[in-house]
Amino acid sequence: MSHIIDRRKNDKGKSTGNRQKFLRRVEGQIRRAIPDIISQESIKDSNTGGNVKVPVRGLKEPNFQHDPKTGKKQIVKPGNDRFNEGDRIPKPKEGEGGIGGQKGSNSPEISEDEFTVVLSREEFMKYFFDDLALPNMVKKLMESTETFEMKRAGYTRDSVPSRLNIKSSFQQSLGRRLALKGVLDKKLQNLQAQFANCNHPDQKEALAEEIEKVKRQSITIPFFEDIDLRYNNFERINIPVTSAVMFCIMDVSGSMGFHEKDISKRFFTLLYIFLTRLYKNVELVFIRHHTEAKEVNEDEFFNSRESGGTVVAPSLKLMHQIIRTRYDENWNVYCCQASDGDVWSKQDALECKKLVKETILPIIQYMAYIEINNRTKQSDLWQAYNQISNDENFAIRHINEVFDIWPVFQGLFRKRNNVKAG
Amino acid sequence: MDTENYRALFCNPNWDYDTLEAADKIISKIGKEYLKLKTYPNQIEIVTSEQMLDAYSLTGLPTSYPHWKFGKDFVLNQNNYTKGRMGLSYEMVINSNPCISYNMENNSTCMMLLVIAHACQGHNAFFRNNYLFKEWTSAGTIVDYMVFARDFILKCEEEFGGDEVESVLDACHALMNHGVDNYKKPSRLSSVEENERLKKLITIKRENFNELWKTLPTGLKLPEPSPGEEQKFPKEPEENILYFIEKYAPALPAWKREIIRIVRKVAQYFYPQGATKVMNEGFATFTHYHIINKLFEEGYLNDGFMLEFLKSHSGVLYQPEYNSKYYSGLNPYTLGFNIFMDIKRICQNPTLEDKQWFPNLIEKDWLEQMHYVMENFRDDSFILQYLSPKVIRDMKLFTIVDNENDEEYEIGSIHNERGYKKIREQLSNQYDRSFHVPNIQVTKIDQHQTSKLYLTHYIQKDRRLDIESTQETLEHIRYLWEFPVELHSKNKLGINENTFEA
Repeated sequence: MSHIIDRRKNDKGKSTGNRQKFLRRVEGQIRRAIPDIISQESIKDSNTGGNVKVPVRGLKEPNFQHDPKTGKKQIVKPGNDRFNEGDRIPKPKEGEGGIGGQKGSNSPEISEDEFTVVLSREEFMKYFFDDLALPNMVKKLMESTETFEMKRAGYTRDSVPSRLNIKSSFQQSLGRRLALKGVLDKKLQNLQAQFANCNHPDQKEALAEEIEKVKRQSITIPFFEDIDLRYNNFERINIPVTSAVMFCIMDVSGSMGFHEKDISKRFFTLLYIFLTRLYKNVELVFIRHHTEAKEVNEDEFFNSRESGGTVVAPSLKLMHQIIRTRYDENWNVYCCQASDGDVWSKQDALECKKLVKETILPIIQYMAYIEINNRTKQSDLWQAYNQISNDENFAIRHINEVFDIWPVFQGLFRKRNNVKAG
Repeated sequence: MDTENYRALFCNPNWDYDTLEAADKIISKIGKEYLKLKTYPNQIEIVTSEQMLDAYSLTGLPTSYPHWKFGKDFVLNQNNYTKGRMGLSYEMVINSNPCISYNMENNSTCMMLLVIAHACQGHNAFFRNNYLFKEWTSAGTIVDYMVFARDFILKCEEEFGGDEVESVLDACHALMNHGVDNYKKPSRLSSVEENERLKKLITIKRENFNELWKTLPTGLKLPEPSPGEEQKFPKEPEENILYFIEKYAPALPAWKREIIRIVRKVAQYFYPQGATKVMNEGFATFTHYHIINKLFEEGYLNDGFMLEFLKSHSGVLYQPEYNSKYYSGLNPYTLGFNIFMDIKRICQNPTLEDKQWFPNLIEKDWLEQMHYVMENFRDDSFILQYLSPKVIRDMKLFTIVDNENDEEYEIGSIHNERGYKKIREQLSNQYDRSFHVPNIQVTKIDQHQTSKLYLTHYIQKDRRLDIESTQETLEHIRYLWEFPVELHSKNKLGINENTFEA
């Protein structure tokens, strides 16, 4: 007797465990591929996961095999259309394949050289941020990023009249009245029976009085009493703020070339991805500046070029203004500034320092300043910022080449709790 | 239900549970009564494409031990499937009792009937009756065994660490092709049986004692083995390398031996499937072709159904020619189906040629012959016996000789009178194990000093080993054996051509 079973409702994740084992095996290669993924996509797209090309090196499953080039082989093939016994055909050159090329029978043609692993967003994030975390920051986030919401939570007996719940109060009252009336009615019946059986006039009078009293009681049961009243109950529930805004500030003066912009972009992308892991909703604000500051869209931010001198302070002012007008305290504000360190004057650098310290840092979560140059000289801005940077919520770093980005980013956001604890 | 109702059910392209049940019932009946098939009970499972992908990567077992290789296969298949480079098969069938088959949910009713006839009758009967499967697999216990294997390996991972277990499995997988017995080993006698045997021997000696025998001259004494030879172990070369390591590795912990055993068992379980691909698929195709046609004859199906069936059937049998860009070797379905169909034809309408080539088949009952063939052959012997000149002509088979030392290919034989026998032999060769798997055997271990393991590769047709993969495989053997390993490639004259060491 046959059984027919519908397995479609079963888990389809039978291979998940094996897939994880496989990913672990190519972990190194995935990690190495991640920076490439970032640089190829726009900042917002970069958090969707991605295809990682993994060379099959390290995945080989060797076994004893014949060297296909050696020996004397006779291969039977179908569909002879022109050959006769003893015909000779030139061998195809290396790599051309052709009629002598051996392929596994019936197997789909898969290029074994490399294949692509598609990572889900979660997996991508896992590899991306494996050893990154911001304990101090996260703690701070927890303290300052919570708001409260009142949520209905059943009924209570004691509250303000405006929260009176009429329906359930009435239900209570109805029940109470029915119960009380029942008791009184029974009592009345009893009394009336006694009254009927009673012959003694004195007792009869007393009973009549009693009956009268109970009758009165039963019609004067109060409609509402305090114990009936029910009020809507509300509880305060903490909700973490799930929105963050990230300001990208970049110098677009003539001294910022393609290389510098590329590095900035990668760095901004990293920060963006990092934030999307913490928050549900991350907004981006791009501010670019030369002698004046301007809010632009991403495309313009990275692609248009302008020349001119560099004044930094206006961009910080603009940012402050935007925060004040658009983002209230329910937003977590992050700021990342990239520059080659050129400023118009020492005066400007000092003003920036003052702005950052007095107006910006108090209202934002974290600010990172990266300076993209070869560090031959200490720029004015660097010197000014250096005096107030503390790695807690304001960090400054140098980046010179693309491969510096990841270590610098890791350095900025490394797990610091161990150090603190030790 | 009468035929009319069945027809309405089968000709509706949307199937439901009732359709499947009815289809299974009718098809089993026809399989049993018309084709006289003996099968295991069937367990038909409807699966989604994701579940089919899972089944692919576990090579068709319902469960298997965890290993990254399966994950790799899964990712590979998934990529190819989602990119449209690979279609999934309509079914997958497992050699187990009950015989489990996975049918894809998006099959049409026609495909469902085809698949049930193909897998649940054809493959099922083949699994149950073919001698290789009977001898080497135990269909009743495989599923339970795999559950045990999985649990055992999970336990080992917990106890000895995932990395260690993974290394052992990696090494075993490298030797999977060399973990198969081609001949039954005599089972070792238990101590009780051994004592029985000795007792019996003594009794026989006593009973047959005769003073006269003493007067006979003693036979020629064999020369005492020289000290070097005495140490030789194993006495006979052993081709099952995994078995040898499992039994004789000097210092292997028991759990590693058990893991080797598990992989060995799995390899042995799959060995008949590798050796009967052409026959198995050919027979299943032959079966579904006959069953569906019979259904049509008896009025269960309408013309529309048959058109869809013929399209799928001919799709399965599509054999691109050698110069087509779709060519990827001989299609085992086509080859097997053609040979089986020709056996039937020879039994029924033999030509003069057939009478010369297959005197045994002439005027025999085709169904009986079919069963005989299906039960007693494997691909190489099947082709050697039954590939007929007509099939060679129909498929226009020819051979290409590819000699390493020649600048050109040579056409060896073509589908003509002179070529039939040669083509048949060569094609049979091509399906012989030794064509794909190098002949490597354990020949010696140095028992007294280094515990070194010596392997010998017997070169056939000048085909040498691929140096890189051989070296890597040897490293795996070294890991399992835990002592040095040496491999000699010996040619026909016994001269060592190449030495590998690890």
